[in-house]
Amino acid sequence: MATVAVIDYGMGNLHSIEKALKTASPASTVIVSADKNTLLSADHVVFPGVGAIRDCMAAIHATGLDETIKQIAQEKPLLGICIGMQALFQHSEENGGIDCLGIIPGNVIKFSSHLRDEQKNPLKIPHIGWNEVFFDSKNPLFKNIDENERFYFVHSYHASKVEKKYVCATSNYPEKFPCAIKWKNIVAVQFHPEKSQRAGLQLLKNFLNWDGQS
Amino acid sequence: MGLAKRIIPCLDVDNGRVVKGVQFVDIRDAGDPVEIAKRYDQEGADEITFLDITATSDNRDTIVHVIEKVADEVFIPLTVGGGIRELADISRMLKAGADKVGINSAAIFNPGFVKEAAERFGSQCIVVAIDAKCVSADNEPKRWEIFTHGGRKETGIDAIEWAKKMVNFGAGEILLTSMDRDGTKIGFDLELTRAISEAVEVPVIASGGVGTLDHLVDGITEGKADAVLAASIFHFAEYTIGEAKQHMKDKGIEVRL
Repeated sequence: MATVAVIDYGMGNLHSIEKALKTASPASTVIVSADKNTLLSADHVVFPGVGAIRDCMAAIHATGLDETIKQIAQEKPLLGICIGMQALFQHSEENGGIDCLGIIPGNVIKFSSHLRDEQKNPLKIPHIGWNEVFFDSKNPLFKNIDENERFYFVHSYHASKVEKKYVCATSNYPEKFPCAIKWKNIVAVQFHPEKSQRAGLQLLKNFLNWDGQS
Repeated sequence: MGLAKRIIPCLDVDNGRVVKGVQFVDIRDAGDPVEIAKRYDQEGADEITFLDITATSDNRDTIVHVIEKVADEVFIPLTVGGGIRELADISRMLKAGADKVGINSAAIFNPGFVKEAAERFGSQCIVVAIDAKCVSADNEPKRWEIFTHGGRKETGIDAIEWAKKMVNFGAGEILLTSMDRDGTKIGFDLELTRAISEAVEVPVIASGGVGTLDHLVDGITEGKADAVLAASIFHFAEYTIGEAKQHMKDKGIEVRL
């Protein structure tokens, strides 16, 4: 039976991720683990995260899971979520500038202050709530998901300077920013599929059905 | 098109049951939190807030089990407030499946707690709940102060200054309740909501006073809130969340349907 491992490095809403994966794919075995060998032997791996990047990177280094994540990133389908996505890039502006895992080429920057919407109302930071996600319907990650579906976001920082061919979905706040990346056998999303109701569960299911190639 | 304005039903939970007080006095039983949360999720709620009003610390564990059970079946953001006093409380709630915690009195007794909490868990999960009451006389410019103990105890702290301070300390969101309006069903205190929303960069959730669907619309258009919270109009099935969203959409507000 297929197994999916959720990386437990002490940060992240593990209970929610675990339950969402189980609900999305009842046939899969879901394991939450900090153990290197368990993670490396799973068929799919989820790299979750909430919080700030400094603590996130510190926890990854402290648990020694950085090398494990780098190895997984070479071998099997890996899904990064929110801070788990941001940690895969080279560098984040948050907390005065933090070096990340450097797996995906690109950086993480803060939303500009004093943003305005079309009616000139100020846009708040953090970007919290359900925003539309624009994706290529041929992308396997978004199979059976309605065009422009809304997903739940909660963040102040986002990916930047990612080569266009790796960006598989964008959102607007108010400028367009990449919210899903596909890089080799890695997919990474800024929104929280585990908190995005039906569409989020469908995306998790799609990830578990993905072979990391197509 | 872009970010949708949110509708957040709020469940007041006492000893594991949902209740709703009118101005914090009358308590009517409204049901099982897990069943109610599931119903709201199906109706299209954007988030759900749980307010633990259990007074005794012995029964505090109950809310953790409630959150666990809800998080097993409901895949939208969950916020828990009430009795959040130390970092360990936050950690337990997040582990149980909550995404955010609401901090109210503990922030007033020790503002540094908000800073510590935001540093440890990230601003995105720290909601500072502000209970504000108008304290100015009719002929004066409007002024609001924050109150504790369900609106009974004054603190002398200006609500707008407090909101700004809490955001500087790392609050990622403000849950603003008008104690003058709470339970009255005559609508949000729109002046208060607007004043706070314009004073801070983070999203503001308006709360207190919703009795009609137009009140929800006013909270967004006139109060400039990013989200609207209501309890009784949804609990007693006066309106469904779906009806509320359709009404907001008809009035030109961007919602998730």
